[in-house]
Amino acid sequence: MSESNPSPLDVAQVAHLANLARIALTPEEIEKLTGELGVIIESIAKVSEVATPDVPSTSHPIRLTNVFRPDVPGETLTVEEALSGAPERDGDRFKVSAILGEEQ
Amino acid sequence: MTGHGAASELIALTAAELSARLASRDVSAVEATQAHLDRIAEVDGDIHAFLHVSADALKTAAEVDGARRMGAKLGPLAGVPIAIKDVLCTLDMPSTAGSRILEGWVPPYDATVVSKLRKAKLIPLGKTNMDEFAMGSSTEHSAFGPTHNPWDLDRIPGGSGGGSAAAVAAFEAPLALGSDTGGSIRQPAAVTGTVGMKPTYGGVSRYGAIALASSLDQVGPVTRTVLDAALLHDVIGGHDPHDSTSLTDNWPSFADAARTGAAAGTLKGVRVGVVKELGGEGFQAGVSARFAKALDLMSAAGAEIVEVSAPSFTYAIAAYYLILPAEASSNLAKFDSVRFGLRVTPPGGGTVEDVMAATREAGFGAEVKRRIILGTYALSAGYYDAYYGSAQKVRTLIQRDFAAAFEKADVLVSPAAPTTAFKLGEKLEDPLAMYLNDVATIPANLAGVPGMGLPMGLAEEDNLPTGIQIMAPAHEDARIYTVGATLEALLEQSWGRPLISRSPRHPLGEGRTK
Repeated sequence: MSESNPSPLDVAQVAHLANLARIALTPEEIEKLTGELGVIIESIAKVSEVATPDVPSTSHPIRLTNVFRPDVPGETLTVEEALSGAPERDGDRFKVSAILGEEQ
Repeated sequence: MTGHGAASELIALTAAELSARLASRDVSAVEATQAHLDRIAEVDGDIHAFLHVSADALKTAAEVDGARRMGAKLGPLAGVPIAIKDVLCTLDMPSTAGSRILEGWVPPYDATVVSKLRKAKLIPLGKTNMDEFAMGSSTEHSAFGPTHNPWDLDRIPGGSGGGSAAAVAAFEAPLALGSDTGGSIRQPAAVTGTVGMKPTYGGVSRYGAIALASSLDQVGPVTRTVLDAALLHDVIGGHDPHDSTSLTDNWPSFADAARTGAAAGTLKGVRVGVVKELGGEGFQAGVSARFAKALDLMSAAGAEIVEVSAPSFTYAIAAYYLILPAEASSNLAKFDSVRFGLRVTPPGGGTVEDVMAATREAGFGAEVKRRIILGTYALSAGYYDAYYGSAQKVRTLIQRDFAAAFEKADVLVSPAAPTTAFKLGEKLEDPLAMYLNDVATIPANLAGVPGMGLPMGLAEEDNLPTGIQIMAPAHEDARIYTVGATLEALLEQSWGRPLISRSPRHPLGEGRTK
């Protein structure tokens, strides 16, 4: 938004975040996101203005504690149901691509 | 366009009216369902409220009719058709949450709210369009194309639940289910002239609702009247052991609460708090004018109008756009190309990580990528305290402001959306402007309190619907139904008819040429 302020994010950082989030963004997407996220982050950084050390955090709007259920088996999915949406299967298992690359 | 035949009359009924006619066997569930399927076939090419129309609706309706003939004791909404937001898992229909990554996916289980609909013998008509994973305020972020506002096809129906709101506003269904993380039920209600209720956090099960931000998400009713919302809330509400955030409250009958309110005709003794920070600058003149009129009406009916201030609400959007992306980046990690959904293998193959990254690149839309990256940033080492940590503190401040406001007022009110429906495309390239649409609705999600969007008239400058928001303390959903039904009756009295009857898409209306 303000041309004078340097963006809080640069292209290398966004590329790193995309890698952490496992999204193979294109260079064009990284470029565009860098600008957009810069504007958004500038505007949301104002939360720190009022978040003083004396204010406790709230992670959950209505606090519940010790939510337990009886330790007995409930309804579960059958193997067929669990595998019904799998992109690829091998018998009764999910089939995935190689976990390790060649050099490992 | 069409004559005012029996089918037009059927689809014009409220769910409460239709259920009375079903109970007296004046109308069958098959007739009611067929009338709505015909309506969908007639108008959904223009509206695009539905992503999928059920092939089983008539069969289910016939079963309900059979049970009724056999003298089975049926619930009040038995035989009434309903549309279901595509964020909810359904055994017999694809559930995509508006995303390519889940295109065609049929879940192996029903969401608890969907099982409750089936048990109460409602008729699922189909799945409604939404912004991808409920990220948006316009449905333009749906991977399957936007929904159009029935009042003006060039405008947005709100979001993320624009499909559910448009389906109800266009008389394609008398009822729908929505989900509300920052306003996705209430803001679409405001811009389509319909009613939408976000219950108290934990009041309705989220089991089987594809999660966006787990500390904010709540499922709720989308309807044309307050009583219909209450009837549907009675069906879907209550404790569910499958959802560990589900409350164990003994909820009263919300339908009774709404009927009491509608019959009251007075707001004597009700303290109505006007939140100073949820109005003024940034709110369209016609919206503010309608809001002032609604306040006058409530005051004339005996309500005590008090101004309350909630200074930390001005930080609500900022806190929300840290908490939501943070939680979403974690929730959406499950779309990993392994157990369900899309799998895209990059040219030349690769490890599971390469496949995952290629899948997520191909399967997620721009807004979803934007928020996942933002959330990943907010949660990363070195920034966590400044961003996510601070946002959680703002959440405490917002809860404190609500507590103080509810000392002075029984309910809080504001416009439900700052503007009427904007044009499709208008804010698509400006994410920040899009985010501002939820300015009035976000505080309730952050604090977990219930809120309802309710029609409050057409804005003078563009003749488009505006909505008022009513909020109550957590657990006090019944209070919203009572006050909401009273206000709805007062407003309709002042207009001489329901607002929706002025819609160009009203099946019994004259129509309105654009």
